[in-house]
Amino acid sequence: MNDHIYDFSQLTRHIDESLRAAMSPTWAVVVELVIIGLVFLTFYALLGLFLVYAERKVCALMQNRIGPNRVGKWGLLQTIADLLKLLTKELVYIERADKFLFNLAPFIVIIASFMAIAAIPFAKGLQAIDLNIGIFYIIAVTSVGVIGILIGGWASNSKYSLIGAMRSGAQVISYELSVGLSLLSVVIFSGSMQLSEIIRSQADGWWIFKGHIPAFIAFLIYLVAATAEINRGPFDLAEAESELTAGFHTEYSGIKFAFFFLAEYINMFIVASIATTMFLGGWLPLHIDHWAAFNRVMDYIPSIVWFFAKTFFIIYVIMWFKWTFPRLRIDQLLTLEWKYLLPLNLINTIVIAFIVMMGWHF
Amino acid sequence: MSGIIKYFADILHGLKTLWAGMRITGKYFVSPGEIVTEQYPEIRHKKQIVSDRFKGEVIMPHDENNQHNCTGCGVCELNCPNGSIEIITKRIPDENGKMVRVIDKHIYHLSMCTFCGLCIKVCPTQALAWGQEFEHAVYDRTKLTKVLNKPGSSYKGLSSKKKEAKS
Amino acid sequence: MSEVIKNYIVRENEDYIVNMGPQHPSTHGVLRLELVLSGETVKQVVPHIGYIHRGIEKMCEYDTYKQIVHLTDRMDYLSAHINNEAVCLLVENALEIEVPERVKYIRVVLDELTRIASHQLWWSAYGMDLGALTAFFYGMRDREKILDIFEESFGSRLLHSFNTPGGLMHDVHPNFQKHAMEFVKYFRKKLPEYKQLLTDNVIFRNRTQGIGVMSRETAIAYGVTGPSGRGSGFSCDVRKIAPYGVYDQLEFEQILYEQGDSFARYMVRMKEMEQSLNIIEQAVDKITDGPFTAKVKPIIKLPEGEYYQRVETARGELGVYVVSDGKKFPYRVRFRSPNFSNLFVLNTIARGHLIADLVAISGSLDLVIPDIDR
Repeated sequence: MNDHIYDFSQLTRHIDESLRAAMSPTWAVVVELVIIGLVFLTFYALLGLFLVYAERKVCALMQNRIGPNRVGKWGLLQTIADLLKLLTKELVYIERADKFLFNLAPFIVIIASFMAIAAIPFAKGLQAIDLNIGIFYIIAVTSVGVIGILIGGWASNSKYSLIGAMRSGAQVISYELSVGLSLLSVVIFSGSMQLSEIIRSQADGWWIFKGHIPAFIAFLIYLVAATAEINRGPFDLAEAESELTAGFHTEYSGIKFAFFFLAEYINMFIVASIATTMFLGGWLPLHIDHWAAFNRVMDYIPSIVWFFAKTFFIIYVIMWFKWTFPRLRIDQLLTLEWKYLLPLNLINTIVIAFIVMMGWHF
Repeated sequence: MSGIIKYFADILHGLKTLWAGMRITGKYFVSPGEIVTEQYPEIRHKKQIVSDRFKGEVIMPHDENNQHNCTGCGVCELNCPNGSIEIITKRIPDENGKMVRVIDKHIYHLSMCTFCGLCIKVCPTQALAWGQEFEHAVYDRTKLTKVLNKPGSSYKGLSSKKKEAKS
Repeated sequence: MSEVIKNYIVRENEDYIVNMGPQHPSTHGVLRLELVLSGETVKQVVPHIGYIHRGIEKMCEYDTYKQIVHLTDRMDYLSAHINNEAVCLLVENALEIEVPERVKYIRVVLDELTRIASHQLWWSAYGMDLGALTAFFYGMRDREKILDIFEESFGSRLLHSFNTPGGLMHDVHPNFQKHAMEFVKYFRKKLPEYKQLLTDNVIFRNRTQGIGVMSRETAIAYGVTGPSGRGSGFSCDVRKIAPYGVYDQLEFEQILYEQGDSFARYMVRMKEMEQSLNIIEQAVDKITDGPFTAKVKPIIKLPEGEYYQRVETARGELGVYVVSDGKKFPYRVRFRSPNFSNLFVLNTIARGHLIADLVAISGSLDLVIPDIDR
């Protein structure tokens, strides 16, 4: 099954072999690492710029507006212009701020998201590292980002920043539980934490379809919890521009602000791609049982297209949330987690474990 | 037990109301015909963007003979609440050799004007009117001080008086 | 008195004092709220006003009665027309000028259009205060229709000094009635969207229900009028209790809610928009042909004495108090502006809530800062 889908490992193997033929094995590894790093850096920057553009367009259309349309065709270069503006802006130095931590914070945030992106399978065979605890690794490194937010809010020596950072801390720590538990349900289903293994387990049907209603509930809970974890509306309490002006990044300017901004969007991509991988079959094409011709046609669409289509769909849903709902209050946010999402999630996980034990899933 | 039912009913009700909101935004997302944005600099040449009565600035209409209706009586200056209008008059001899007072400069400070319209309403000869120009941004605020009567212009009534005198 | 003192508790050293404003997204103007926080809980709100004080009352003493009208635009700029009408009504009543019927009905239509426009802007801004950013654009989109009607008739969109003692500055545009009715039809269709997007939303309800409860006693004690007061069950609609213009000949309800929380204040405004649409429908039909102004002397001189006129703006009761010494300038003018009273109840009703609630409460009071400072 899926044998005729193009396997990117052929390409990587080819590059690897030609490099090894040209130089010593040590150097080949070094060059490969550099290539991977550069590819990811470029991808990261382009993706960030594109997501900012996409968000602005999506929200504009929802609000009966056109959105960016001046720079380039359909305003496509708008975010690049914005980036150039941010690059050339002055980095404001805050009096009596902890200078070292203040400068460190944006890097922690951006490195956390950068590390997570390494383990995501973009297409068949296109994955930087296929760890055997891949999903665990991603959950672990994405939670590091909140430390950056906390440090940034604390080091800014601003009251609004501190309140924002504290909110963010409480929020992310609570919602980690729900994210972890809802992903755990898929881990129970597939019996593996390795992302490639999880995708392989969905070859005969995505978990959101195969796992009956519990999997769907887990998916919904994951969407809500993930939106909260990346501090996006309606859970953007850490920024809450109507309450805390800009929350934890009030005092940041120029490229340091851009780092926070970029990391937010990349985090959105990361949670969306995890949802894709865990629930929607990753890069696998949509297959419907007994529809051989349909399945055949679906297979002709490259796997990388499938992955990005599903991911951007999830991203669109997350944006849809943000541009529709009012913001929650901090106590309501915690109530939602501890009184609704967590108990439901626990029950759901037990139900899933039961289903798997009885072998009721397809 | 009823507590549990209420718990789940609350969740369902909440989801329903959230979905109602998402339907609204989703509907507008897929209906580009509802876009209300007007692209400003382009639209300026395509259609009239302000109404005929738009209060852009106070102007003094001149006819083809470079003549206006202003007698220089100064009622507009009196009625202006913020001193945006200054009237400077001069005395010139008419053909009978009698000195008459006519307008020399009708100075209008656009930067001070609040567009209340009292000057236009009270003008006994309808010499003033609203202009529809609205792009008033300048780099030098002295440019906002305007002289409304054009150079070399004269009072319409004066020439008609002359004509009367001739006939 | 002791309660008032208790409200302004002495500060402790560990209090976390945050300045909200004068430049802050949710104070809607240059208002500075000094917050004493304990964690996120608001222990005390001290409003500092005066950042946009222009001395309008003093300026009025050097202006003729016709000139005063355009200054009132700049107080509560969202109900500019109604503010104008207050001064005009005062002069008309003092001089016993008989205003033409046409003018009275046009004024009512304009009053209610202004009220709807103001409530739409408030709805937009309130959505934004609570983080629902899309609501802002929907409210503004619909408000644009009203502003277009204004622009067509008076040539300005926000500050249209269109009233003058005795009538109107000039006649309305021939299409005025048609466009007003078109707007009524359009907005009736859009109001359910407002309901679905915010009113019914579970997050919105949780953010507003039971937040900032103001009892009727508090509302009366602080003189909170307008929709904010009526949300607490304080029957204070000047259009009903002291009708001016032709409001006594029109059918409409005074919206009263008993709960007194932010949601009640929200609902009062939402229902008021519907009532205003009803009033417009009734009044538009009754606009007859006739002169647009009564005969008024060029220089108005009020007889010696004191005059008071109150009207219902979009935010509450606006009172104009004039002392005249028989000259062409008033001796003293004083405005009883609704926002001033509405602001100072904030400390009483916001204490003990969180910062986010404070934003929700101050948004639900619908403050316009230039009206506070004047």
